[in-house]
Amino acid sequence: MSGHSTYQPQSPFMKWLEARLPIGGLIHSSFIAYPTPRNLNYWWTFGGILSFMLGIQILTGVVLAMHYTPHVNFAFDSVERIMRDVNYGWLLRYLHSNGASMFFLAVYIHIARGMYYGSYKDPREVLWILGVIIFLLMIATGFMGYVLPWGQMSFWAATVITNLFSAIPLVGESVVTWLWGGYSVGNPTLNRFYSLHYLLPFVIAGVVVLHIWALHVAGQNNPAGIDAKSSKDTVAFTPYATIKDAFFLACFLVVFGWFVFYIPNYLGHPDNYIPANPSVTPTHIVPEWYYLPFYAILRAIPSKLGGVTMLLLSIVLLAFLPWLDTSKVRSATYRPLYRQFFWIFVAVVIGLGYLGSQPPEGGFVYAARILTAWYFIHLLIILPLSGFIETPKPLPASISEAVLREGLPIGASGPVPAQDRR
Amino acid sequence: MTTTSSAEHPGPSAEHTRRDFLFIMTGAVAAAGVVAALVPEIAQMNPDASTIAAGAPIEVDLAPIAEGQVIKVFWRGKPIFIDHRSKKEIEEARKVDWHTLPDPQSDEARVKQGKDQWLVLIGICTHLGCIPLAHQGDYDGWFCPCHGSQYDTSGRIRRGPAPANLALPPYEFVSDTKIRIG
Repeated sequence: MSGHSTYQPQSPFMKWLEARLPIGGLIHSSFIAYPTPRNLNYWWTFGGILSFMLGIQILTGVVLAMHYTPHVNFAFDSVERIMRDVNYGWLLRYLHSNGASMFFLAVYIHIARGMYYGSYKDPREVLWILGVIIFLLMIATGFMGYVLPWGQMSFWAATVITNLFSAIPLVGESVVTWLWGGYSVGNPTLNRFYSLHYLLPFVIAGVVVLHIWALHVAGQNNPAGIDAKSSKDTVAFTPYATIKDAFFLACFLVVFGWFVFYIPNYLGHPDNYIPANPSVTPTHIVPEWYYLPFYAILRAIPSKLGGVTMLLLSIVLLAFLPWLDTSKVRSATYRPLYRQFFWIFVAVVIGLGYLGSQPPEGGFVYAARILTAWYFIHLLIILPLSGFIETPKPLPASISEAVLREGLPIGASGPVPAQDRR
Repeated sequence: MTTTSSAEHPGPSAEHTRRDFLFIMTGAVAAAGVVAALVPEIAQMNPDASTIAAGAPIEVDLAPIAEGQVIKVFWRGKPIFIDHRSKKEIEEARKVDWHTLPDPQSDEARVKQGKDQWLVLIGICTHLGCIPLAHQGDYDGWFCPCHGSQYDTSGRIRRGPAPANLALPPYEFVSDTKIRIG
């Protein structure tokens, strides 16, 4: 995949440029001629969708920043001014806030694809770890962005999340004061969150470049989880993957547009339309939906430091997936036992998300503890064990054989044809 | 659009295929989408509703302005000079042959009919934008300290680097003692 470019510039201008800065060749070899497994399904379009959403967030964010005032006395009103006075301000604001939700929706699907098809396994470990880093940066960026409108939820989310750091032994309180820039969440906090919220998306963009680079060194994984062995197994990225990405991006944008134009506040919390009041805490503080599973894990552990540690671990452990999963088979298509646990894991995460939205009382607490326990059992016990005890299905001889076999859809998990049964 | 080199396709044909049509249509719709998406991004930089509202016309009461006095008000962020001219100042403005001035304009054209004593100007030097100082300079008008432009009692440029007379804002008399600027 990373060999000498096959790009042959035709026009005199491109010949001239290519000799001085081979960007044409880079684009050609990365996104035009790049050999792509021919059996990719639509779960593989989310990388492109994520890149697009990052662009949308940066574009809408930069124009919103032209009208926003990052001062506690003016922030809330400046956002209302954007909604009411700025030309298309309502549209830009809803694009940005719902864009964040769509960004996280896409990243969760993208991660789930990786976990199902074993995309984190050798030789894609660094690719996966870069992805976890991007995920952490996204979480930080989204959190700080939510503080900026300075509504009730903004303020109290800032207070709760920054207070998490007080759990650190010895230096916790100093760290929190340092984060706040004061004795409580206030104007210094808002200002620095604004600065960092503007900065981090560009850091994300940089890590995304590394992520795509690491991907192109190893090549894409595919639904069968077996390496491409010959050029029969691959097709050129353009037009096949390009069009597939563009098509599903269009479908994704329909969903995005549905939220932006018909139910723009559905995913938000009404309490954030109340200006921040440092003396009154809302009855139910909840983060945005994309943080709910982690919020549930945090609250499930009775100890303060324990809760924070498990919260961090729940994400950091993901980085170790390539080593936690001991199976030699990549794709869950051929791992009948693991596949069931995967879907249980998905249900557990969704369940944790629901529990995160509920008050931490009664039955909800027990359920959250059980599901939290399962989350870690899955990562630390089930994944390592299933590699040993599972009998995987026989793998196809090659990607093209898996795809071009008569009568069997791509990546199907149906009965194995007669000639492959033992 | 060129086609890919896969085994099934016989190679680019001379006539346009359905695939070409689909590619072009997709590209055209995508381009239209990009243009449509850019419209809000660019339009949002235009003045917003509250700025436009803040730029609405203002009314100024002329009664407190004594003869010979120049006051400064703000409209749309710009300084406006309102000069209650004395008879001597009006005469000085009309005495000169205005055709010989750097920016030829008669004094009568710069005031409202029957209201010769009221001179309403945008107080921004037409050179590079500083605010000239009233009752200074050789022409009894304004003197701009930045680069030395000199204006007369009608606000017309007489000497210095400024290319044009001090501009007139849109205004009208709503009564004998009140004007509306804007």
